[in-house]
Amino acid sequence: MTSVMINIFLVTLMVVIAVMVVRTRRLFAVIVMSGAYSLISAAMFVNLDAVDVAFTEAAVGAGISTVLLLAAMARLPAEEKPLKTNVIGPLAVVAIVGILLVTAVVDLPAFGSADAPAHIHVAPRYLAESDAKLHIPNVVTTVLASYRGFDTLGETIVIFAAGLGVILLLAGKTKTPLPVDPKTKPKASPAVARTKTSSTAKKSRQSSAKAKKSAKKGASS
Amino acid sequence: MMSSNPVFRVTTKILFAPIILYGLYVQFHGDFGPGGGFQAGVIVAAAFILYGLVFGMVALRRLAPPRIVAVFMAIGVLIYGGVGVVSLLNGGNYLDYNALDHHDPAHGQHLGILLVELGVGVTVTSVMMILFFAFAGYGDPKADEDGGQG
Repeated sequence: MTSVMINIFLVTLMVVIAVMVVRTRRLFAVIVMSGAYSLISAAMFVNLDAVDVAFTEAAVGAGISTVLLLAAMARLPAEEKPLKTNVIGPLAVVAIVGILLVTAVVDLPAFGSADAPAHIHVAPRYLAESDAKLHIPNVVTTVLASYRGFDTLGETIVIFAAGLGVILLLAGKTKTPLPVDPKTKPKASPAVARTKTSSTAKKSRQSSAKAKKSAKKGASS
Repeated sequence: MMSSNPVFRVTTKILFAPIILYGLYVQFHGDFGPGGGFQAGVIVAAAFILYGLVFGMVALRRLAPPRIVAVFMAIGVLIYGGVGVVSLLNGGNYLDYNALDHHDPAHGQHLGILLVELGVGVTVTSVMMILFFAFAGYGDPKADEDGGQG
């Protein structure tokens, strides 16, 4: 009973945060709130006894991706532009899909039910074998790395491909338009890399000063 | 990015090693408790990102050159795939860890899972660091001198 109450509380918090994220135009607030959203969903996973997932959610969702989004936000204007398009069509689609999903939930097996299809196919074998035969108490690890080894290999390759894509997109772009002379480089590059709106112009001036300083530091050491 | 605040600098210096130690614990204790390569990779990368946030991107590039980090990205996948190739050569199926140790299949499973998780951890750590280099160092002139990986 307490577990259900805690879950209701956490889901309510998540809904409130989601609505706030949609309503807010300040990107900084949006990023911080999505970090909080991840942390709350991590708490919910702990409550559902999925500690491995909670661990990942807390580390990736609340930790790294917040930092990465903040780093990306430094290149953007501080506020989102107000929406000018008509929202009624998309809203209707979202509402219909939402209603369909909620109706589908009714057909799902009850939470934690031992007769659920997911728990009667291969799961009993995994649970019986993992500790007794392989002496690995954490079944999640056995399933992830051994029984589902191919899936995890695929996941690792996807992460690798994501890293490659980011290198190709972001590292390649800064290289081409820059002047060759190393003396003019610190001045020119921030202006090239950024859009010249009034709010970012100040920032680029600051960071070019910073870049000069760091370049000096690098040269002296 | 750089912080001259002594509280941040001292805290980061004190916490840097324990965070990596905790990451290694999560990495190699994944068989017995929650954790594994994915979580450990993120934790280790978080230590480096913290270092970069406090001491600046130039110091982070000196500590972990993006070129080398990018190589480790591939090394992780190769470790994972390599375990599969070794089990093939030992007469099993691809990624069949039982084949890693013919006398004690359970030991083969332990070894296989440990190595595979290590591969995952190495790839996740380096990809997270590459993402940070790319987003936080975008348009930074120093990145080009390092070979343009940041």
